[in-house]
Amino acid sequence: MSVNSATDRPFLEVKDLTVRFETDDGIVQAVSGSNFSLRAGQTLGIVGESGSGKSVTSLALLGLHRTRSNAKVSGEIWLDEKELVTATDEEVRKLRGGKMAMIFQDPLSAMHPYFTVGSQIVEAYRVHHPSANKKVARERAIDMLARVGIPQPERRFHDYAHQFSGGMRQRAMIAMALVNDPKLLIADEPTTALDVTVQAQILDLIRDLQEEFGSAVIMITHDLGVVAELADEVLVMYGGKVIERGPTIDLFQRPQHPYTWGLLGSMPRLDREVRDRLNPVKGSPPSLINLPDGCAFHPRCPYAGRNGDRSFKEVPVLIGGAHSVACHLPPDLRNKIFQEEVAPNL
Amino acid sequence: MSENLLEATGVQKHFPITKGLFRRQVGSVRAVDGIDLDVRSGETLGLVGESGCGKSTLGRLFTRILEPTAGKIVFEGQDITHKSVTQMRPLRRDVQMIFQDPYSSLNPRHTVGSIIAAPLQIQNIPTPQGLKKAVQELLELVGLNPEHYNRYPHEFSGGQRQRIGIARALALRPKLIIADEPVSALDVSIQAQVVNLLEDLQNEFDLTYVFIAHDLSVVRHISDRVAVMYLGKVVEIADRDDLYKNPRHPYTVALMSAVPVPDPVRRDRAQRERVLLTGDVPSPINPPSGCRFRTRCWKAQDICATEEPPLVTRLEDPQSHLTACHFPVVSDEVVAGRRPQPASA
Amino acid sequence: MLAYIIRRLINAVITLLVVTLVTFGIFFGVPKITGSDPALLYIGKTADAASIEGIRTKMGLADPILVQYGKFLKGLVVGRDYSSGPDVIHCPAPCLGYSFKTDRLVTPTLLADIPVTLSLAIGAAILWLIIGISAGVISALRRGTLIDRAVMTGALAGVSLPIYFTGLLASAIFIYWLEWLPQGQYVPFTENPGEWFVQMLLPWITLAFLFAATYARLTRANMLETLGEDYIRTARAKGLRERTVIGKHGLRSGLTPIVTVFGLDLGALLGGAVLTESVFNLRGLGYQALDAIRANDLPVILGVTLIAAFFIVFANLLVDLVYGVIDPRVRLS
Repeated sequence: MSVNSATDRPFLEVKDLTVRFETDDGIVQAVSGSNFSLRAGQTLGIVGESGSGKSVTSLALLGLHRTRSNAKVSGEIWLDEKELVTATDEEVRKLRGGKMAMIFQDPLSAMHPYFTVGSQIVEAYRVHHPSANKKVARERAIDMLARVGIPQPERRFHDYAHQFSGGMRQRAMIAMALVNDPKLLIADEPTTALDVTVQAQILDLIRDLQEEFGSAVIMITHDLGVVAELADEVLVMYGGKVIERGPTIDLFQRPQHPYTWGLLGSMPRLDREVRDRLNPVKGSPPSLINLPDGCAFHPRCPYAGRNGDRSFKEVPVLIGGAHSVACHLPPDLRNKIFQEEVAPNL
Repeated sequence: MSENLLEATGVQKHFPITKGLFRRQVGSVRAVDGIDLDVRSGETLGLVGESGCGKSTLGRLFTRILEPTAGKIVFEGQDITHKSVTQMRPLRRDVQMIFQDPYSSLNPRHTVGSIIAAPLQIQNIPTPQGLKKAVQELLELVGLNPEHYNRYPHEFSGGQRQRIGIARALALRPKLIIADEPVSALDVSIQAQVVNLLEDLQNEFDLTYVFIAHDLSVVRHISDRVAVMYLGKVVEIADRDDLYKNPRHPYTVALMSAVPVPDPVRRDRAQRERVLLTGDVPSPINPPSGCRFRTRCWKAQDICATEEPPLVTRLEDPQSHLTACHFPVVSDEVVAGRRPQPASA
Repeated sequence: MLAYIIRRLINAVITLLVVTLVTFGIFFGVPKITGSDPALLYIGKTADAASIEGIRTKMGLADPILVQYGKFLKGLVVGRDYSSGPDVIHCPAPCLGYSFKTDRLVTPTLLADIPVTLSLAIGAAILWLIIGISAGVISALRRGTLIDRAVMTGALAGVSLPIYFTGLLASAIFIYWLEWLPQGQYVPFTENPGEWFVQMLLPWITLAFLFAATYARLTRANMLETLGEDYIRTARAKGLRERTVIGKHGLRSGLTPIVTVFGLDLGALLGGAVLTESVFNLRGLGYQALDAIRANDLPVILGVTLIAAFFIVFANLLVDLVYGVIDPRVRLS
């Protein structure tokens, strides 16, 4: 996982990505103005709770909102020198499952119940390799099943998703995503539905396959542990916005945003002594139809008033270098609060 | 030692499997297969294990929503193993349950007020201050706005719905609450709020909890004692700190090492020390002979296939506690994981 | 799978037995209790006591009800003999007895009616499947648009307007006003396929309108549900063309529930489409049933009921078996 030389452009570059849904209740601001980039061979972790916009971001990358007539996507998505927001449906379709592929949270519902697992992988291969005959595609599918560690792949090829165990099913899902050697793999909560020992197997598999295929990976998760294990860089999302971004080690050692502090404070950790009490973020996540004025986090932020009333009026922008944050607190004050009030309780 | 609120002895729950033309019983799912477990008054007992280990079934046996196939369950000195629904009714006051899914465990057509009031009405509990007032007090107790008693479940967020579930369980002032994965459907920050609430309520009302979860970190945080389950058996049980500092059963070791550590600096070390179990959990219909974990255990020897290890404390090991293993892990043992590394790491 | 089929078959036979018991009980048992006499229905109220007694003996109406039922069952399975004094008349299996009105065997009469009902049901079914499913799919894919609303309004009209209204309206428009279709009578397919088709067209359209409406609504709802499934998102994420996503992955599960409903609807129709047949003067099972009810012709009513029940039970059985084939989760569990 070496960082490429500074001269080559990032493989994926997202600029000011915004996704809105028009609903009967109003306009849902699912993602507002996200910026991030990713180099080949690197892993980007996107962390956030439900409604933070992390899954919507990933679906936007694949152009999967195009089939929803009420979705409006704007901004720029550059994948390997090609802009995707303005590309035609057909152009994006050819990239989907080819150059970029996705694995989903619940492999049981993400696989068609009436088609065999093998035939679904064959289908994924042949749509991007129209000249490949059935036999070649079948061999390729069986080969992929074997590579993701499914025993007896020739036999399992003919099984249906419901005949697989949870872990094997997610392996098959990964085989299907990787069948066309994607350069970008998006994993949306790939282990959330799995048991912890199986989760360890799957994360290990993703890590190994990434080394083998050299693809870029976007790991979307609510679990900071998963991010800490896999990601080179982390985005923290809240209320549809990226509120903190930084190299993984930096972000965990010197988290900048009060929401990130809250996430870390909420987690009981096996690698620390047991704390008397957890320090959760108070309140609940905001409605994306009716975001609070100013900083979307201010109603839940214990420090919102420490720097005048800017937090209540002005939307903070993501500023900083490699490690940037969208917060109105001045850096000195923020560091002081973190050192004195937050860090001792983590 | 505090006294036992609930005692389970040799408890089994087998679900029959039928097959063929005449629906003969061809086998059974041995969800819970011989468990001795006491719940001490005032404690929080954590039950951990992966899906299919029987922890939820055991929780339902404790509340007698399910009837055991064999064994004995005693609650406050009363044998409740085979009590009928009617006989159980008075005991329902003392034992309540909180469920995982706050979306499906609340009737969407009833107001929050009537959901919380239902146990009071069913049990004919007198409410001197009036039913509405009683409900509002409960809402306030769990951190909800008492003015919202007329709203419907869908008007609340997931975390708030779980609070409603807790208020309902609390209405009868029970002694024992079985919480089955109460926070696993919730977001991280909300999870912590609910965990804190459960702890506060325990202190205020002297509650005893059986806390069932697959998340080892949450269980460690909230529990006084923890039992680890695998394929219908308790494989290890100890006080929280003993168990997490000195796990003795290879399965417990593997389970703990599999939890991702939210510390990227220790990433490589965590991966090195990780015990990657191979394969899947065997079927509870036909569990392996002898020790059930042997098929995935790196320490397994011949005896593990022939003799079932009893749940005992080994006297030669000072940090030992009840463990069902022929070859328990000892402290500082280099675990034969997937990435063996020199001890200097 | 074999055990599943056998279990279903046994269930079907038991259901049919229960149906015969109940219908027989209603038609021959209940009158006995209430004091009205099937023999009187047969011969007419003016008959003298001797002839009534003769009928009773001939038809076996004097026997205890369970014995009568036993003989009836035996008739169904192996046939039975009716004797009035010297001459013995054999009624071959499946024997449903004699019509009170025409004094003819019920079974052949009803068998002769089946082609008419079959023509009507099958033709209409083909029409409504094509129209209903395509309208439903289009509606689901164009949800919220003008097309969707038009289809759903049409469907609402279809389910709420009764056959005798739409049927008469259609006749008025197409036969008498536009004069696109000739007046006439049912012609068997074997006699003149062209004429058969022309004569059946209006009944088909009328009946299909009603069912197509239901199927359009059902298909739309199923498709909308299916299109929201995770595996549809996966199919798109694989880069499949939209027509493969909809046509293969969507339809495969979106239409599965239609199989159930279709089986039951067709089964029920084969037992006679009473309203359509009477509106268009088609002498099928439904028409026969109506006639028989008017004339208190108990054996015929019983016969039609049993045939209808047979078709429904048979359709149910078929649906279960088809389900086992199309849904691997049923087949393999």
